[in-house]
Amino acid sequence: MAITRDEVLHVARLARLELTDEEVDRFTDQLSAIVEAVNRVSELDLSDVEPTAHPLDLVNVWSDDEPRPSLPVDAALANAPDRDGSFFKVPPA
Amino acid sequence: MTIDTLRLTAEDAAGLLERKEVSAPELHRAFVDAIAERDGGLNAYLRTVDEPDGDGVPIAFKDLISTRGVETTAGSKILSGYVPVADATVATRCREAGMTLLGKTNMDEFAMGSSTENSAFGPTRNPWDPERVPGGSSGGSAAAVAAGLAPWALGSDTGGSVKQPASLCGIVGLRPTYGTVSRSGIVAFASSLDQVGPMTKTVRDNALLYRTIAGRDPADTTTVELQQPVEIPEREDLNGVRVGVPRELNEAEGIEPGVKELTDRTIELCRELGAEVGETTLPRSVTYGLACYYLVAPSEASSNLARYDGVRYGLRVDGANVREMYEKTRDAGFGDEPKRRIMLGTYALSAGYYEAYYGQAQKVRTVIAQEHAAAFRDFDVLVSPTSPTVAFGIGEKAENPLAMYLSDVLTIPSNMAGLPGLSIPSGLSDGLPVGFQLIGPQFAENALFHVGHALERAIGFDYVPRRLA
Repeated sequence: MAITRDEVLHVARLARLELTDEEVDRFTDQLSAIVEAVNRVSELDLSDVEPTAHPLDLVNVWSDDEPRPSLPVDAALANAPDRDGSFFKVPPA
Repeated sequence: MTIDTLRLTAEDAAGLLERKEVSAPELHRAFVDAIAERDGGLNAYLRTVDEPDGDGVPIAFKDLISTRGVETTAGSKILSGYVPVADATVATRCREAGMTLLGKTNMDEFAMGSSTENSAFGPTRNPWDPERVPGGSSGGSAAAVAAGLAPWALGSDTGGSVKQPASLCGIVGLRPTYGTVSRSGIVAFASSLDQVGPMTKTVRDNALLYRTIAGRDPADTTTVELQQPVEIPEREDLNGVRVGVPRELNEAEGIEPGVKELTDRTIELCRELGAEVGETTLPRSVTYGLACYYLVAPSEASSNLARYDGVRYGLRVDGANVREMYEKTRDAGFGDEPKRRIMLGTYALSAGYYEAYYGQAQKVRTVIAQEHAAAFRDFDVLVSPTSPTVAFGIGEKAENPLAMYLSDVLTIPSNMAGLPGLSIPSGLSDGLPVGFQLIGPQFAENALFHVGHALERAIGFDYVPRRLA
């Protein structure tokens, strides 16, 4: 297995995904096949190649430090599943 | 007058409006009626806007383009009921040009897929054969244009999601140079790859729509000004154009014989139109392109999809505490493909694996960019089939993620390099459309439109699906 059941559980936990046992089994099989396929990149010796994070040569695109109106509170809360005044309401931590 | 929605191009529509042969509300109504008549069997639209909100040509938007006051789901249950409070920049630009919104089109959830079967709202069917997929992830937009349910549409392309459905539905699709079209207000999948692209019946329509949406946006600092103004193509010859045929793209595994035959014929047509055609090579870009993409894109997606947590918008499944709410919401709201890609990305970025997976993929990306740049020293445009196959059957690849990923083997390499790509129909194979891919260096859209238009004229492909004619 290119990726183990435990690794899938670990990664699901990191990504805040609650999976059923059936999902864990199915995804372990599928992810294993995918990880094996993408691991092909390790065949290449690229020790003297610079990584590309971004296709364009953009560096430090600044905007002027000028105050502008921001999103009104009601707009920001317009899609809130649960709100309390100007707060998003969530279960306790 | 009766409006032939199946055949009408956006340019035709603009002409009718200008000569006052038809009014904007009449035009909008004609398409709304066509949708009522033909979309039941296709499911191209997730929702329609009956009242016109502009005095120009109607347009459809893929459902990851934020539209103020109109539900935007990105094809996912986790955004069901989400109504944006602002338009995406591309939506604003279309609106300011007078275009009137027809509706939001179906897509693979979060743009993850090549068939639109990963939509949480049912698949879209190919207007050429409803038992087959329209491609993806912009399948709804492609089907809408092909079936005359919109004169033109916007889709988005990350690994080929504009080009491939355009190919499978027999229409024209442009994936622009990365950075020329704003991503502000676009539901993000992979931020260093996502680009909104025009999907149209003709190359001229494509150039017209690109001209409306392209150009630097202060709200998206990854955008840049266009290097030249967009030219609407007119020339019908290819004199002086150097066309390169990369052997790895044209001999890739899985290319169907019918697709190969049409591609070869179109390459020969380039010669007849006056182009200088030669063979070239992309030694490692095709062999390692897919693996590179399926490391980079899911990694970026794992970050971009972290925001769907039930707190501020979209679906919320309650829990005893915040952590449980996150986990239950995300499990209920995401389909299988987003879950797979989030986990793959999280894994590739996790401690101990980052260098070997994501870090290495970033270096492969450099190699791909360099190989394309080398080919462009000798050629103006590179060509290949867009998709290795014609439209496949609904359900045929749905259970096999890796088989589905192979649909993008020809569109992915140039995408990794941020390069523009145009897909035009090259003909029919067994009654199904085949797409021809034109790849250019960065900012070479005008060259792509020129070559695409000349070929389109010479090929004379009828974009109206035979069964609807």
